[in-house]
Amino acid sequence: MSDIPAPAPTRVAFPPNWPMRIGFAVLALYIVYASTILDITWTRFIAGFGHAERFLSRMFPPDFTPDKLALLQSGMIESLQIAVLATIFGVALSLPLGLAAARNLCPAPLAWTSRTLIALFRTFHPVIVAILFVKAVGFGALAGVLALIIASMGFLSKLIGEAVEEMSMKQMEAVRATGAPFLSVVVMGVMPQVLPRFIGFSAYQLDSNLRNSALVGLVGGGGIGATLFTAFQRFDYDFVLTIVLTIIAIVMVGEILSGWVRRLFQ
Amino acid sequence: MDAKAPFKPAAADGIDRSLVIRHLRKEYRSGIAVLKDVSLTFEGRGMTAIIGPSGTGKSTLVRCINRLVDPTAGEMLFMGQDLAKLRGSALRMARRRIGMVFQEYNLVERLTVIENVLCGRLGYLPVWRAWMRKFPPGDIDRAFRLLDAVGLGDFSNIRADQLSGGQRQRVGIARALMQDPDLILADEPTSSLDPKTSVEIMELIARRAGERDIPVIVNIHNVELARRYADRIVGMAKGEVVFDGPPSALEDSHLLTIYGGEGWLE
Repeated sequence: MSDIPAPAPTRVAFPPNWPMRIGFAVLALYIVYASTILDITWTRFIAGFGHAERFLSRMFPPDFTPDKLALLQSGMIESLQIAVLATIFGVALSLPLGLAAARNLCPAPLAWTSRTLIALFRTFHPVIVAILFVKAVGFGALAGVLALIIASMGFLSKLIGEAVEEMSMKQMEAVRATGAPFLSVVVMGVMPQVLPRFIGFSAYQLDSNLRNSALVGLVGGGGIGATLFTAFQRFDYDFVLTIVLTIIAIVMVGEILSGWVRRLFQ
Repeated sequence: MDAKAPFKPAAADGIDRSLVIRHLRKEYRSGIAVLKDVSLTFEGRGMTAIIGPSGTGKSTLVRCINRLVDPTAGEMLFMGQDLAKLRGSALRMARRRIGMVFQEYNLVERLTVIENVLCGRLGYLPVWRAWMRKFPPGDIDRAFRLLDAVGLGDFSNIRADQLSGGQRQRVGIARALMQDPDLILADEPTSSLDPKTSVEIMELIARRAGERDIPVIVNIHNVELARRYADRIVGMAKGEVVFDGPPSALEDSHLLTIYGGEGWLE
């Protein structure tokens, strides 16, 4: 043991990392600066608690009067219809777009065109797309459906394309070697491989569209979101609570259902 | 594509099934040839075994024939056409006349056994029939009979991923025969199997192809199996044909030329 020489006193195990220290200092300064600019102060935060308390106390008890329930029902049914229609059309359109985006299946120009289109669909949040469609086709469910179709296509096509790129080329090669035309290769060699994941993605998308269908209503896309927005504006906070609770319940049921569908098709 | 075309009688029918390969060359990377100027004539009957060390271009040769790999130069004359020049639907027409058996079986895992066998008819059917699984009754009958012939009559509705290696290869053989081919290519059909199953698979290919008069070209590592089942052996080394003759003419000196080295034969 004694033959190990003592370490030279100049050696340091953890030298100070000046770039990192400066980086953190700059980040801290920026947080302070941005908070000041945006008027984020402790006083306002405390005052906010007071507002929240009043707001919450006005929410209770939730409003279950029959005329409100009728409003809730019609809004909720419209939202469900928006979600289901958007999912069905979104799935139907995503399948070809997703296949076209797979670089192991399609020639590069087609794949890149599809990928650009998908990137475009994914650029904006569904709410922003919904605002555009409300401007284009007017208030109501149509705008909501169109916005959610775009959102579904962005999500599903990307995942389908990636699933196809990860599939086994050997299986597809064997089908191709029989002289099958391209679409038959897709039907018998590609789809069986990606179908379980495709169904899983679609179930997840239905779930996600259920949630977003309430959101697009807030900007005029129809459904329960519109009812919620009106209730807010009329200070009917007790009815707001009823709506919120219903949305939570529906989203949870949707999540359970989609989980169940995904397990079924594993 | 006429889906109802009757099957050709399986026995000798005067059709010339010979394959003439002239000056075939393949470079995966420019300048580095995997196949260097291969010329071979295959009579339209019997089994030809291609032996040679790994990486010598056996697989490439076989894959060039049905154009899973595109040759760099040369011609391959089969049934009045140069396979090397075919594109699009003409290529698919040629491919459906050529059955292929793969080393790793290449079954579509998530399809049933009978669906995999019926894949052999895809070149003859419009896409919607594959999509809706509306195969002509004659094809379905034949698929069942082929499954009986390969000893898997009771497995028709089992998913391919449930089968053992030997069983999968039997399905692969049935799929190739289902094409009613004029040539069967087998790329290392026994390399993933145990010795006993390997013999059974070679026996099956030889018997089922023999009784239908279909010529077979098989890549094989196992020299003993090649000797036992082939009528002709082609030895390849470094992308060139270095032996061509009947099994009886294949001597140890030839094996040394093909595989190189010394000592491993003792």
